[in-house]
Amino acid sequence: MALSRSTMAMNDEILIQASGLGVRLGGRRILENVDFAVRRGEIVTVVGPNGSGKSTLLRALIGAIAPSRGSVEHQKGLQIGYVPQRLHIDPTLPLTVDRFLNLPRRHAREDIAKALGRAGLPEYGNASMASLSGGQFQRVLMARAILDQPQLLMLDEASQGLDQTGTADFYRQVEEIRDTLGCGIIMVSHDLHVVMRAADRVVCLNQTICCQGHPEAVSADPEYHALFGAGGDEALALFRHDPHQHPHEPPLESGNAGDSETKKASSDAG
Amino acid sequence: MLDDFMVRAILAGLGVVLAAAPLGCFVVWRRMAFFGHATAHAAVLGVALSLALSVSIFAGVLVISLMMAVLVTVLTGRGYAMDTMLGVLAHAALAFGLVAVSFLTDIRLDLMAYLFGDILAVRRGDLAIIWGGSALVIGLMAWRWQQLLTATVSADLAYAEGYDPQREELILTIALAIVVAVAIKVVGILLITALLIIPAAAARPFCSTPERMAAGAAVVGAASIAGGFWGSWHLDTPAGATIVSVSAILFAALNILGRLRPGAS
Repeated sequence: MALSRSTMAMNDEILIQASGLGVRLGGRRILENVDFAVRRGEIVTVVGPNGSGKSTLLRALIGAIAPSRGSVEHQKGLQIGYVPQRLHIDPTLPLTVDRFLNLPRRHAREDIAKALGRAGLPEYGNASMASLSGGQFQRVLMARAILDQPQLLMLDEASQGLDQTGTADFYRQVEEIRDTLGCGIIMVSHDLHVVMRAADRVVCLNQTICCQGHPEAVSADPEYHALFGAGGDEALALFRHDPHQHPHEPPLESGNAGDSETKKASSDAG
Repeated sequence: MLDDFMVRAILAGLGVVLAAAPLGCFVVWRRMAFFGHATAHAAVLGVALSLALSVSIFAGVLVISLMMAVLVTVLTGRGYAMDTMLGVLAHAALAFGLVAVSFLTDIRLDLMAYLFGDILAVRRGDLAIIWGGSALVIGLMAWRWQQLLTATVSADLAYAEGYDPQREELILTIALAIVVAVAIKVVGILLITALLIIPAAAARPFCSTPERMAAGAAVVGAASIAGGFWGSWHLDTPAGATIVSVSAILFAALNILGRLRPGAS
């Protein structure tokens, strides 16, 4: 698409690329003819309604699902940090946070401690994974994904289980990670509000890519409106940090969303 | 020393439980108990074929159990639930095995030894095979430990790291077939899965990491062997069944203790 060309990251190094990707699961067509690439230093957000194939796209990109058509190419030796949407650890498997962070590669004790500090869970090394709250669990998943300094970070609905402040913090952290590691980032979300702010490029997915480009350009695209309707307008308004664009929302709530950037996440730690 | 049948029996038992400990943990974590049953039951067919073809029982059982494990892996997810598929295959393997054995009229009496184990009859050569197979399984587990754990926590995480979780699963499958083949003499086909699952499950309440659980399972397994021998000697009961009974008692005791422990979760 013409839109995407102007917003491609300054660095043209392609980390991962899907060409003409089609996926069928149990006879159902999930993805069709998806052309998708992520470059170094770029934050790409994939949005789409439930069941649009967002998670399937990520799983096809990491090789967990074999494409029925097309191909997925990785840069040689590409190191991927992956934060799955759900992770169920069987209760019979005893796993401390420390032990989990050492999978599949072991790390020096100091590195683990540092990673936990960054995640805001400095005292949790010996805690069992099963004892963590949803938000804490999510932050541990994130800490594990960036421990190896991946060239590509993939986040599947990674902000779920976080409250509003936690979510805002989370996306600021995503930008920080991009800036410090210089990695490419793919985020999947159906939460338009927050996602749009952090992205360099938004990809609208509904079985196939309906539109993509800079967040503001995408939100003006009729395809995007067809997909998200009024909710999309709200997200655009938030993206512009302009509360007057959506008068229907209670002022207190929109104020919260705007201000949350200046707050520290603390409420979800308990 | 190896001339004493009791010493050989205890060494054989220890060899099996040491390999069964780490593998048994994966069987528990990945909910493969029924899968273990199917693999073990196929061993009857392996025994029958080995006797008919006059080849080593160990080799025959290893090959048939491996074929069964691969068949189960290939067939799952194709129409029937894993549970149903394993139920069909496990019992079909046992039934076909028993039918096959009945054709070999002269060995019918020995069947009990294969179904329930005959640990006191372990010879020096058996001991070498048991410890060889056991060392192989422990080596496989140690070599792939990190990747196996990652794949067990989440197949997708393994894929993202560039490992193929199906390959890791195949390694577990091979290890399982080896344990079945070496454990027949010790506890018999019908109780092999017990030796995999019960020590691991017994160790769970007191372990906070996967490694500790594997070590704990080895300790419980060794205690079951020791206690089982002692019990079978004094009560004049079958050794294999007594070993499994002791491990079941340990399982119950440790789980109750685990719940009573302050701060238990």
